[in-house]
Amino acid sequence: MKKKGKLSQHFLCAIGCLLFLGACARRLEQRQGDQAGLQREQPPQTALADDDGQWVRASKDFANTRFSNLNQIDRANVNQLKLAWTFSTGSVRGHEAPPLIVGNTMYVVTPFPNYLYALDLTKPGAPMKWKYDPRPAASAQGVACCDLVNRGAAYANGRIFYNTLDNNTIAVDASSGKEIWKAKLGEINKGETMTMAPLVVNDKVLVGNSGGEFGVRGWLTALNAGTGQIAWRAYSTGPDADCLIGANFAPHYDHDRGKDLGVSSWPPDHWKIGGGTVWGFVSYDAEQNLIFYGTANPGPWNAEMRPGDNKWTCGVFARNPDTGEARWFFQWNPHDLYDWDGINENVLVDLNINGQTRKTLLHPDRNGYLYVMDRTTGEMISAKPYVNVNAISGIDTKSGRPIHVEEKKTQAGKVVRNICPGAAGGKDWSPSAYSPRTGLLYMPHHNICMDDEGVEVSYIAGTPYVGANLKMYPGPGGNRGEFTAWDPVAGRAVWQIKESFPVWGGAVATAGDLVFYGTMDGWFKGVDARNGELLWQFKCGSGVIGQPVTYRGPDGKEYVAVFAGVGGWAGAIVAGDLDARDTSAASGFVNVMADLPNHTTRGGMLYVFSLP
Amino acid sequence: MCFRFPRSRWSVASGQCSVTLLFALIVFALSASCARLSEARHARQAGHSVRARKLRVCADPNNLPFSNERLEGFENKIADLVARELNADVEYTWWAQRRGFMRNTLKAGACDVVMGLPRNFEMAQTTAPYYRSTYVFVYRRNGGVKIDSFDDPLLRKLKVGVQVIGDDGANAPPAHALSNRGIVGNVSGYPVYGDYAEESPPARIINAVASGDIDVAIAWGPLAGYFAKRQSVPLEIVAVSPRSDPSLPFTYDISLGIRRGESSFKEELEHALERRHGEIQKILDDYGVPRA
Repeated sequence: MKKKGKLSQHFLCAIGCLLFLGACARRLEQRQGDQAGLQREQPPQTALADDDGQWVRASKDFANTRFSNLNQIDRANVNQLKLAWTFSTGSVRGHEAPPLIVGNTMYVVTPFPNYLYALDLTKPGAPMKWKYDPRPAASAQGVACCDLVNRGAAYANGRIFYNTLDNNTIAVDASSGKEIWKAKLGEINKGETMTMAPLVVNDKVLVGNSGGEFGVRGWLTALNAGTGQIAWRAYSTGPDADCLIGANFAPHYDHDRGKDLGVSSWPPDHWKIGGGTVWGFVSYDAEQNLIFYGTANPGPWNAEMRPGDNKWTCGVFARNPDTGEARWFFQWNPHDLYDWDGINENVLVDLNINGQTRKTLLHPDRNGYLYVMDRTTGEMISAKPYVNVNAISGIDTKSGRPIHVEEKKTQAGKVVRNICPGAAGGKDWSPSAYSPRTGLLYMPHHNICMDDEGVEVSYIAGTPYVGANLKMYPGPGGNRGEFTAWDPVAGRAVWQIKESFPVWGGAVATAGDLVFYGTMDGWFKGVDARNGELLWQFKCGSGVIGQPVTYRGPDGKEYVAVFAGVGGWAGAIVAGDLDARDTSAASGFVNVMADLPNHTTRGGMLYVFSLP
Repeated sequence: MCFRFPRSRWSVASGQCSVTLLFALIVFALSASCARLSEARHARQAGHSVRARKLRVCADPNNLPFSNERLEGFENKIADLVARELNADVEYTWWAQRRGFMRNTLKAGACDVVMGLPRNFEMAQTTAPYYRSTYVFVYRRNGGVKIDSFDDPLLRKLKVGVQVIGDDGANAPPAHALSNRGIVGNVSGYPVYGDYAEESPPARIINAVASGDIDVAIAWGPLAGYFAKRQSVPLEIVAVSPRSDPSLPFTYDISLGIRRGESSFKEELEHALERRHGEIQKILDDYGVPRA
């Protein structure tokens, strides 16, 4: 009762604070903006048909290739690439988002407090057109897991859509910066947050939640792009009705068929706080009218308390975007032991495999295996390790299930050493790029193993508890990061660059046969897509964990842009100013990142490059 | 004294003098009209002349029985005592006690003391303990159930509630104790984080015993002792046994936490805790904190 009063006070405060700074109502030049509207974004589903001058969603195209046909900057001239202009975001947390380019405007979304800026590309130095401040609840910081990141926005039909840490999806008028609608979808007070980049498909804005460690139940929600009304919500755990599993659900494997497996693959009621959040990227195949997205790890129980496959966590769903209805599901890691979220990107490409063209889905999972899936059926075509893996010995070709190595299984109170990959997996959220010109997938990832050293005393909310004392350290070779060009047909790496720090940001591939990515110590690099040769690099003011993009400016020149601003899980030691002596802080990541503060400092800045 | 706690078993009646006691506690309201939890807010003691020295404490604004922003928690009371002993006023910085709490409070220099940390907690320097409590079983006194051991076969049949943390394999020791014994299917988890929009989120597990949603809760003693007294049906609180499983303690020494390297401040605090020992124990009794 008493609390009610206090809450409404906070609520009133939030309402009272909803003032927009974006007073500038100057009309945008709509020339190209309109072209990028919804109608134009219908099939064909790859980037190739879209306008490569723009970058209207985080992953460039529906297929999530992050490939651009721009080729003005190429292998011959990239060494002349120069800084064109910069923009400081005013935020010091981990900057994981890509800028969007729509017509003659660039849009950037920052980590908490989730500002949205519009920058005018027609003017020298790209001055600010407007700034939108969503005024997220400040308490979001206290209850949010991990670093306070945001992974980007999406443009469609004259609107910018993005999520705030305190669980609002917001539609902002792209030309005026005025809020059109705001939909509150989750409860920050229950540990739920939103960090992912929405995808707009047909007339739906697709968004998911974060916070699996807190006993949050994961979901993907479709909002009507026009009104912000919820069209459907599909949970990742629980009864079929909640998971939108119906008559048309046809998973390839027997163990995924049956009634209410999202309930029966858990001890009673555990699914209610079962995790399976949805914080990665969504991809879309217009031809089949199917979306694909991963579900995170089960929570909050340790594995022994949740015997069973814990469906539908740590897997990938294929769904109809209009109704949410599930078509198929595949579980990368049934009964997850290692915090291996299944949210890594799903890149949709058609490959010639054994003389046949297969519609595939490429997924580098946290378990260290690169999966090639048939995206029409959910059948696993192949799975090959792309990093050093000793926790599982392979993926069973008949069942698609990982084969666990017994002595690497974790258990409370048991000390297990040298688990590879560690809790962050062989690769985390950092999105890959795929070039149809080389047929290679370019993966930013890491090479980190861990010891699970049993228990240490910790406490939360006044309650002492015992935590797994995870200590992470570099895997074989001593390099913590890797940037790998992977041939998904041959199932092998074609080239690989070793990096000192985990490669925590995304990649972009271009028709200039270049691939760009950044490092946590602040180097932004352009390498030869064919052989990985380093052709150009620039030292940014802070570590790079953002998603680089390329676009054509109003002056006809090709630009490459990326956020610097270290942070995220791996970079929390800098962004969160963690104590390097506390080796298990940020869930064990600090131990392996202790030297990062010697190499970079925090601070969000957008860097834009072009040829002279 | 309202209650007498036998060595290992506490009978807690609902209501009685504890309510009177609670009402007797002075309630301080904050005039934080547009305040946010993450901002430092300063609560000055009413009725005191302002002292030059401040005892800067970081605490959760919504976590009874430990602390809240109305200063109704037992750690609020103990902070007052310690401050008085140091001839100082308490100045609070409020922050939810969740992941990142230590980093954003004590380590960030927002305060000098965090109340109620387990002794030898890695992320801070801890003083000598001022109390020791235990995880407890909580069940309805008239429910026909009696339980005091993890090895009691009844635990396999009853509806059991346990606090869960779930932070990368971390959990409350009772959750591990149950899973080590294969007691899984009849166990429900109550996230210790709870819903922060509600009053004192971790209280739900105790409410669930009173309402009959579960037959027995296994919860941290101070939380159980305080909320058990506030139910409409009488609840029984019994320390868990054994007192530890291999590498899994169920009893913990509780200390004040300060930054490392501040050894003279540590001595000063320990001296204050020692001098006020009797009053501290009285406060703990008043709040129904089981001691071990």
